[in-house]
Amino acid sequence: MIDVKNIYKTFFVPHRVDALVNVTAKIKAGEVVVIIGPSGSGKSTFLRCLNRLDTANKGNIFIDGIDVLHPSTNINLVRAEVGMVFQSFNLFPHKTVKENVSLAQQIVRKRPQKEYQEITMSLLKKVGIEDKKEVYPSQLSGGQQQRVAIARALAMNPKVMLFDEPTSALDPEMISEVLDVMKELAKDGMTMVVVTHEMGFAREVADRVIFMDQGSIVEVGTPEHFFKTPEHARTKLFLKQIL
Amino acid sequence: MSSSSLLKKKQNRSFVFWGIIFFIVISFCIGGLYYCTLKIDYTWRWYRVPQYFYYNSETKIESENTGIVDLINKKDTEIVITIIDDNGEVHQYSCLEKNVHIEIAKGDYVFKGDILLTYNKWKVGILLQGLWLTLKVSIIASLFGMVIGIFTGFARISSNPAFKWFAITYIEIIRGSPLLVQIFIWYFVLGTLINTLLTQYGLLLIPPLWFGIASLATFTGAYVAEIVRAGIQSINKGQTEASRSLGMTYVQSMTYIIFPQAFRRIIPPLAGQFISLVKDSSLLGIIAIRELTKATREVVTTSLQPFELWFVCAILYLVLTFTLSMLLQYLEKRMINS
Ligand SMILES: Nc1ncnc2c1ncn2[C@@H]1O[C@H](COP(=O)(O)OP(=O)(O)O)[C@@H](O)[C@H]1O
Ligand SMILES: [Mg+2]
Repeated sequence: MIDVKNIYKTFFVPHRVDALVNVTAKIKAGEVVVIIGPSGSGKSTFLRCLNRLDTANKGNIFIDGIDVLHPSTNINLVRAEVGMVFQSFNLFPHKTVKENVSLAQQIVRKRPQKEYQEITMSLLKKVGIEDKKEVYPSQLSGGQQQRVAIARALAMNPKVMLFDEPTSALDPEMISEVLDVMKELAKDGMTMVVVTHEMGFAREVADRVIFMDQGSIVEVGTPEHFFKTPEHARTKLFLKQIL
Repeated sequence: MSSSSLLKKKQNRSFVFWGIIFFIVISFCIGGLYYCTLKIDYTWRWYRVPQYFYYNSETKIESENTGIVDLINKKDTEIVITIIDDNGEVHQYSCLEKNVHIEIAKGDYVFKGDILLTYNKWKVGILLQGLWLTLKVSIIASLFGMVIGIFTGFARISSNPAFKWFAITYIEIIRGSPLLVQIFIWYFVLGTLINTLLTQYGLLLIPPLWFGIASLATFTGAYVAEIVRAGIQSINKGQTEASRSLGMTYVQSMTYIIFPQAFRRIIPPLAGQFISLVKDSSLLGIIAIRELTKATREVVTTSLQPFELWFVCAILYLVLTFTLSMLLQYLEKRMINS
């Protein structure tokens, strides 16, 4: 489903940072991959390169066989197929919950009103927010906002969902409501790439865990492997710090 | 008595004290000004001011022929006087005004220049005409300035270097030179060029008013562009990323997500800009556009009541700018509530 071959990403402003160095990864359809790693290790940059919010400098990225980095690729089509959930929710504050979920269905997918209304309602039901459909995001708790953001991404019927630390900005009591929605999604067979520090989630849901450090993938394995027999010294150190 | 209520009492007393100080100083300024004008024997004649807003003028209709009044025909709204001159030719005078006084009677012999009819009519005075022109110029220039500003603001943040450099050049040129000079350039340079070319091709000339409006619009446009740019850049980058990650195009993201949010933040500085525009329009008098300031200047030279008239002029500007700021505040409130 996702095929990343030797990508590099370097930022030059404000100063030179090699955010991704020769990263190669393959993610199969239906797989749930959790990416862990210290702050600044390039996890977000990796996700953002997948839907070209950041453009990799070198290498190849294929999503469902489409060459993401090719100049003639319609990137908006690719992005519609790749849902993304952000640490800071990024809901549209001037739109109601319902409008947040339906807008892109209307203007990107061009669905007729009846269809997008139905999809919106069923998704809001799925994430447990249907009673707040007429409310503006500022009147929701963090956990509720993040669930709306997930519904908004799902509304495009994506083939892949990318989560960038979806629970890091939440108060502890709201983390589980978001993780529950994500677990449900994994159960439904969604292909997911999740950057998170929630090791419980990784252990329970992940098919594979990727550990990144300083722009490179250091170690890949099953959750089992990671929590029992990590190989690299850096992995061990990191796991010791967060567990 | 508790110390908190004592404190409150003290605060109240100090509030009243400083309030009184304020009014005393204001009265002193006004009184002082008045006293000084008395010292130089200036006579205030406020009663002469209203005529420059609205006045009753008497109009006379004179006969152009010499002959006999043959008929005075009063219909519902029209009066027709028929005169047969010495050669037997028939001449008709008709008048559609109200409150017409007929100065002759049937059978009278009138000479050329005799008054047939008089009527009184209310006319708009020069100050009100000036106020209206100021308003008109400001509104038209604001609309054009807004359009120019929005386009230039977007061009300014565009990744296309040509758009960006055009925008920067335009903004820097406009902001770096005095408006008065720009008005002269529009009128004496561009105006002369355009109108001379138009004459060569036998087309109609563009009146000076439009060069004045153009100078104000391009001037305002540059400032609006900077306001628009700042407004858009003030919106969190996460909004762009969220909308683009859903597959929206740049234009969709701008129209549905970024600009509506930016617009709310843009309104207050925009109000300030349009208020400046109303005031800056006073410079147009220099190219013979009779807006409020020029109108006042003309009235002052004929009436010799400069003190009253300049105060009135200032107050009229104040009325315009205050109304504008109220209007935009209302708009802002309505947008926040929606
Ligand atoms: N837009 C950017 N401009 C400059 N440097 C960036 C940008 N985004 C990320 N970086 C740098 O790239 C490195 C990796 O960042 P990131 O992918 O956000 O790490 P992580 O998500 O693992 O914390 C960091 O050193 C960060 O400072
Ligand atoms: Mg990150």
